This record gives sequence, C-alpha cells and structure tokens, in this order.
Amino acid sequence: MLSGMMLVGGILVITRKNPVHSALALITVLLAQAAIYLMLYAPFVAGVQIILYAGGIMVLFLFVIMLVNIDRAAKEKTFNSQWLVGSVAAIALGGLFVAVYIKGNNIFPEHVMPGVADNSNTQNVATLLYGQYMFAFEIASLLLLVAIIGAVVMAKKRI
Amino acid sequence: MDSMLHITTLHYLVLGAALFLLGVIGVLTRRNVVVVLMSIELILNAVNLNLVAFSHYWQGMPVPLGGGSLALHGQVFAIFVITDAAAEAAVGLGILIAFFRNKETVNIDEVHLLKW
Repeated sequence: MLSGMMLVGGILVITRKNPVHSALALITVLLAQAAIYLMLYAPFVAGVQIILYAGGIMVLFLFVIMLVNIDRAAKEKTFNSQWLVGSVAAIALGGLFVAVYIKGNNIFPEHVMPGVADNSNTQNVATLLYGQYMFAFEIASLLLLVAIIGAVVMAKKRI
Repeated sequence: MDSMLHITTLHYLVLGAALFLLGVIGVLTRRNVVVVLMSIELILNAVNLNLVAFSHYWQGMPVPLGGGSLALHGQVFAIFVITDAAAEAAVGLGILIAFFRNKETVNIDEVHLLKW
C-alpha cells in the first residue's frame, strides 16, 4: 500500500500543471519513503529524511515557487516541445530495466528478509559514520559550505 | 499464512526502478524548471531506496561474508546522498532565481541561446 502511494505520488509529480501540486505530491512521496525505511529497519535514515528532505528541501522548493511568480505559467502548456523524444527515451530505459530483470533473474536476491530487532540502530550508524567514513563526513560538510556560498552568490542582485 | 506474499529485496528494487523511471520522464518532458528539479529529487530518492534495501539485505548475511548487524554501509551512503541532494537543490534553485531575474519566465523552452 505504501508503494502504491509512492507510485501515485510520483505520477502526480510529473503530470500536474500547477507546480505547487507537484510539490505537495513530492512531499507525499517522501513521507511514504520514510515509512518504507522504517519497514527496512532503518529508523535513523527515516528520521533524517523527514527532517531534512520533507522539512527542509521541500520548504525551500515551496519558497522558490512563491518567489518565482508563475501565474502566467499556469495557462501555458505542461509538456515541453520535445516530449515525444523524451518519452521514447524513457520508455527505452524502462525496456532496459525489464530486460535486465528478465535475463538476470536468478542473481537478484530473492530470499525472505530477516527481521533485525536491535534498538541501537542510531548508535551503529554513528559508529560507522564517525569511524570508517569520517573523511567523507568532513568532505560533506565542506560541500555544504561551498553550496551555501554558491547559492548566496547566485541569488544576489549585485556581486 | 502460507499464501502471504513475502516482501523480498527484489520488490524494493523494482519499486526503486519504477520511481527512477518516473523521475527520468519528469526530467525529460516537463516545461517548468521547478518541476524538473523536483523530478531530480525523485530520482535521488529512488537511488536511496535501493541503497537502504541492500543495506538491509546485507544485515541478514553472516558476519564473515561482510554482514551482521553492523553492516549499515548502505544507510550511511543514503545519508550522504540526502546531504548531497540538499546542497544541489539549494544551488539549483539559486540558479533558477538568477535565471528568472533575467528572463521573467520559467520555461525550459525559452533557454535556447546556445542553439545552433
């Protein structure tokens, strides 16, 4: 049922004319994905997704939609001038996925998933994050600094 | 109880692939730039779903093969991907604002100055 909600939300994102409707559909997809993360015994990633993605990035998108005043765009066409070629390319990609699924059917993991039931998932994630992936963690913070500076410079009126 | 559908890793992979396909369709066919950026976020979410599904798969493997309950590498990678998505969304929206200030439109079809 959660996956049905995600797929319907995804279809709504790409087909609604009003971008505010698309943003709300994307929030639905993100919340359903957080619930699926909970099903996969990953509570820390689910919490991070709700706080960061649905609570940060989508709010940023909604602010920019409000800034960029697109009343005029609501009366224009929804799909761009190359929608046929784009759809053909995407269907080709889907055909590739189906071909990979059919040909390599016995190498995909199909056993029943185990139910890991320990309560220290956040602690284990922190052990990995600050231990083995410490360098990547520092680089990610540097990346965020560069992104902040870049976003501020791009949106200023006079540099 | 025997006829209950077991949810295996394959179901999560297929769901991730379907979301990826929807995101690619959104990137290639929408006219509004904001919706294109939101489709990119959809693609990144599909990748995250794949990563966390495989991390759960590896948690069921025995420890000498690289499994065990501490094998959460996929989840750590997914956290990094979420951080990356935040940074790129911020920069992309900054570019969008600068572009809108010059041209007063949010259509991709109007960005054809480099067309030959």
